[in-house]
Amino acid sequence: MSQPTGPAFQGHAQKQPAPPPDAMEVSLTINGSRKTLHVAPWTSLLDALRLHLDLTGTKKGCDHGQCGACTVLVDGRRINSCLTLAVMAEGRTVTTIEGLASGDALHPLQEAFVEQDAFQCGYCTPGQICSAVGLLEEGHAKSDDDIRELMSGNLCRCGAYPNIVAAIRQVMDAQPAANDGGAS
Amino acid sequence: MIAKPTIPAPLDRPGSQIGKPVSRVDGRLKVTGGAKYAAEFNTPGLAHGYIVSSAIARGRILAIDTAKALALPGVLQVFTHENRPSLPWFDRKWKDDDAPKGSPFRPLYDATIHHALQPIALVVAESFELARYAARLIHVTYEADEHQTDLRAAKADAFTPGKDKGGFQPPPKPRGDADRALAEAEVSVDLNFSQAVEHHNPMEMHASTVIYHTDGSLTVHDKTQGPINTQTYVCNVFDLSKDSVRVISPFVGGAFGSGLRPQHQLFMAVLAATALKRSVRVELTRPQMFSFGHRPETLQRVALGAKRDGTLTAVIHEAVQETSQTENYVEVVVNWSGQQYKCDNVRLDYKLARMDTHTPLDQRAPGAAIGVPALEIAMDELAAKLGMDPLELRLKNYTEVDPNTGKPFSSKELRACFQQGAERFGWHKRSHAPRSMREGRQLVGWGMATGVWDAMQGQAVASAKLGIDGTLTVGSATADIGPGTYTAMTQIAADILGLPIEKVSFQLGDTNLPMAPLQGGSWTVSSVGSAVKAVCDRLRDKLAGLAAGLNDGPLKGLKADDLTFADGFLIAKSDPSWRLSITEVMRANDLLVLEDEARSVPYYKSQMKHALGTHSAIFAEVRVDEDLGTVQVTRVVSAVAAGRIINPKTARSQILGAVVWGIGMALEEESMIDQRLGRFMNHDFGEYHIPVNADVHDIDVIFVEEHDDIVNPLGAKGVGEIGIVGVPAAIANAIHHATGKRLCDLPITLDKILEA
Ligand code: FES
Ligand code: FES
Repeated sequence: MSQPTGPAFQGHAQKQPAPPPDAMEVSLTINGSRKTLHVAPWTSLLDALRLHLDLTGTKKGCDHGQCGACTVLVDGRRINSCLTLAVMAEGRTVTTIEGLASGDALHPLQEAFVEQDAFQCGYCTPGQICSAVGLLEEGHAKSDDDIRELMSGNLCRCGAYPNIVAAIRQVMDAQPAANDGGAS
Repeated sequence: MIAKPTIPAPLDRPGSQIGKPVSRVDGRLKVTGGAKYAAEFNTPGLAHGYIVSSAIARGRILAIDTAKALALPGVLQVFTHENRPSLPWFDRKWKDDDAPKGSPFRPLYDATIHHALQPIALVVAESFELARYAARLIHVTYEADEHQTDLRAAKADAFTPGKDKGGFQPPPKPRGDADRALAEAEVSVDLNFSQAVEHHNPMEMHASTVIYHTDGSLTVHDKTQGPINTQTYVCNVFDLSKDSVRVISPFVGGAFGSGLRPQHQLFMAVLAATALKRSVRVELTRPQMFSFGHRPETLQRVALGAKRDGTLTAVIHEAVQETSQTENYVEVVVNWSGQQYKCDNVRLDYKLARMDTHTPLDQRAPGAAIGVPALEIAMDELAAKLGMDPLELRLKNYTEVDPNTGKPFSSKELRACFQQGAERFGWHKRSHAPRSMREGRQLVGWGMATGVWDAMQGQAVASAKLGIDGTLTVGSATADIGPGTYTAMTQIAADILGLPIEKVSFQLGDTNLPMAPLQGGSWTVSSVGSAVKAVCDRLRDKLAGLAAGLNDGPLKGLKADDLTFADGFLIAKSDPSWRLSITEVMRANDLLVLEDEARSVPYYKSQMKHALGTHSAIFAEVRVDEDLGTVQVTRVVSAVAAGRIINPKTARSQILGAVVWGIGMALEEESMIDQRLGRFMNHDFGEYHIPVNADVHDIDVIFVEEHDDIVNPLGAKGVGEIGIVGVPAAIANAIHHATGKRLCDLPITLDKILEA
């Protein structure tokens, strides 16, 4: 049998390891307040939120853009924060699950998720809700099948999908005549 | 249309909380990001660990060079088998509550590699990114041995295990002569099945945050289905006292069995925290979620013999499952085949084959999720051969007693499941011939199957504390991995003491609370719920006694049974105007709090005389694209008999989720081993497919009424597992009906449909 040698598990070891990068300054607006962070350029927006700002509502389910648990809104659009470096968010406006409610009043989607029991363990939930906020903003979803399709970037291992669709539908139906979302 | 939950049993009395579709009491925390999971407890000075995983499946580490990693400023230490602190030698020190017979895996114990992705080093650094980077600089030299990861080859050395794990029952002795009956049967089927490895893959990756206190004590936030199991493991392995290790895990981001055994990130985090005297977090990556227990690969054969009228004359069910080289992981796969139907000639056989993989691990409805579908697909094939309606065939062989033991069921409303499920689905409109329901290039198929799971109960203890303001806090060291334990327990407590839900809170996930067993096997409501009931019953009796003792009070001399507890009042049944509030009773007795603790123990005596189980009937509709082989599960009806349903809203969600699991099992989920490397290739969410929203359509859940005084004092059997059992078979049977192809290798991916 061969005798493989090499780095453990992933990647190839470099001859001379590069030194760890220095921290950089990033200013951004998070949930309405202005923040200045000192983070290394290799820090993802997800880790900046969870580790540097203690905003642990945004979840890590894969760190590779494959699950949607880390979905947040950047300038109103839903994105995977694990695929975004914190330094890329310079000057941007970030909304996380912690920023959706106004005071004690939950966002209608948060309300609907509780009412429709659109989660079990709750781990994918912040990502689902942020994604749904983005979805409604985009205005492309008309039918339940549209919702299913456009929410398929957010995995739920508990399988709460039917209730997630019901919760989004509930909020969609309560909205004044949805605008078509334009030509995009 | 999304069906409304069906509310079972009529409410016992006005104000009753049991049976109400209450929204989750922890819902607000979960939708606002306030619920904290294991990797979310931040603390100043927290160090981060990153695990290095083995590149080979079997062999030895010859050298492990950590110099480059250690040279990076900010890297605190790299732990390997060479520099680890001393660890216990005896297996028993490494055993946890879910350990099967054998030697549990010991991380960093020595240079031996037992399976691919085995953790071989832990890098600890000031930041997560640095630890991850440093991990890539570690250079490992291996000596690889031949590995065996091919079950079809390993099966040549399969052996019959003993009663090697708690809760496992070896198959019953054969009855009659099944092989002969099969040979002589008027009609027979004989099918071979394979089930791929599946990984639990809860959305939350396994993580442990260990907070190191200056006195050397630890607070451990672990992803676990049993905080006490975590505590015991940590204390045994690291020789710590129970007083110095407190586990607090209020929220768990799914587990489905993956949290039944302490996983290696816990070991690593505690190792680093105690050695470095610092708080440490270790979180697995998604690929590393494929480095530990999994649903074992399984090969099965089911052969059935019948008379022309459908009467079963022979049942043979054989299964071979993988286990590791070091432990005998066993699960009940074949036994149900002797229980589901009346049949005089039954032979069941269960074997294990050793492979160079991590020991498998219970996964949602372990055993039943694999074995029952095999039987149910064979039943469908038999029905097809007989030209009989598949539902008819099940009714023909229906049994009211468990043929394996001869014991009657404590309750079994499976007939009602068949009836109500078939009606809701419109089963009578099915045209029986395969390929007879096409719509253009879409082949429509309808299939059905039966599900079964054991109803179990363990011992548990709960404490309760009632304040003079009528607020009640109840607690037990169980977990809530998603089923809604917080909510169900709150309802049970509120119900017994007649309190509004808002006045009651339930605590869990903390080793300072009284003992509860692992959360698994659908037994939490049954075990912990019974303890909650017991302690609340005691408070109720105490309150009644206190009220009765008030000489000038309106309830003087009355017993608990003479009273109704509602809206915070004790009310005389004979005349509801005679009442006292809880506050009045306590104040009159100079009490600010009333506390108690109670243990619930199963009714062993009556339970022993019965077979205890949950049952279900599943009906599924698929659409198969004739050109592409793609399958859409367009409709599922799952009718479940699980005793009393504490909360139809959360219970329905459990069934929905389990049906989604069934869809994954039938069509998508498969951890594929590259046999040359002995390693799972598709170890991420990009390539290990679980159902996404677009894969899931209408799912309709029915809870049929079922009364049961024997399973436990609540009459509730639990619904965590039953929802998945049978679903893969209903889908496979629907695919057969759609295409005329009998596919027995799960998952049924489109290539198999096109090639068949
Ligand atoms: S954590 Fe970002 S997509 Fe999974
Ligand atoms: S609620 Fe558990 S993963 Fe979605």
